[in-house]
Amino acid sequence: MVTAVTSMGRSGPHDWLMQRVSAVILLAYFLLVGWVLACGVDYGAWKELFAQTWMRVFSMLALVSLGAHAWVGLWSVFTDYFTERMLGAAGNTLRLVAQIVCGITMFTYVVWGIQILWGL
Amino acid sequence: MRLPITAWASITHRASGVFLFAGMAVLLWALDASLASPESFAALQESLTSPWLKLVIWAVLAGLIYHSLAGIKHLIMDLGIGETMAGGILGVRIVVALSVVLIVLAGIWIW
Repeated sequence: MVTAVTSMGRSGPHDWLMQRVSAVILLAYFLLVGWVLACGVDYGAWKELFAQTWMRVFSMLALVSLGAHAWVGLWSVFTDYFTERMLGAAGNTLRLVAQIVCGITMFTYVVWGIQILWGL
Repeated sequence: MRLPITAWASITHRASGVFLFAGMAVLLWALDASLASPESFAALQESLTSPWLKLVIWAVLAGLIYHSLAGIKHLIMDLGIGETMAGGILGVRIVVALSVVLIVLAGIWIW
């Protein structure tokens, strides 16, 4: 079982740090969006906020952070449970398939986010 | 399974993370609808009056609240605070208590 091949940065300390940096970015982003929503917004103010360059940059940063954060997190889960020891030889196949599906989903989220923010 | 409370907190942190990964699709869908046009914004507000959608949004917010608080606990422990067994148990209790309060508040806000 070679799990390091699908870790994010091929190094534990790298993934550890990325997990934390992306977590802080996501926390800040969700607090901002949550605060704006809790204060109440109409369409005009909401659209205006997401038209700002800084908000688009922050949103993209959050989306890319989500991809990195989810990759490290799901890698930890999959390499703990979808393994040869837990599931026999099928574990390795299942882990690879799960990681590919999740990777494509993350990529889709990022591209979808670009489309939402910049439109066509 | 008899496991220490810290183990349950860790499992819940993982489970909420996996759940949130799927939940992000709901949030992106809502963001899309909220920004596309004034009509889609109004349609989203209309669909958010449905109890089922309220429940879905509440579930995603609940996951987000617990996952965030458990994550903040990890960052505090990374700083070397509360790394003992007693500190770990106290940390979990604080995270669970705060989560319950915030999840209830989120429910009140949605309904």
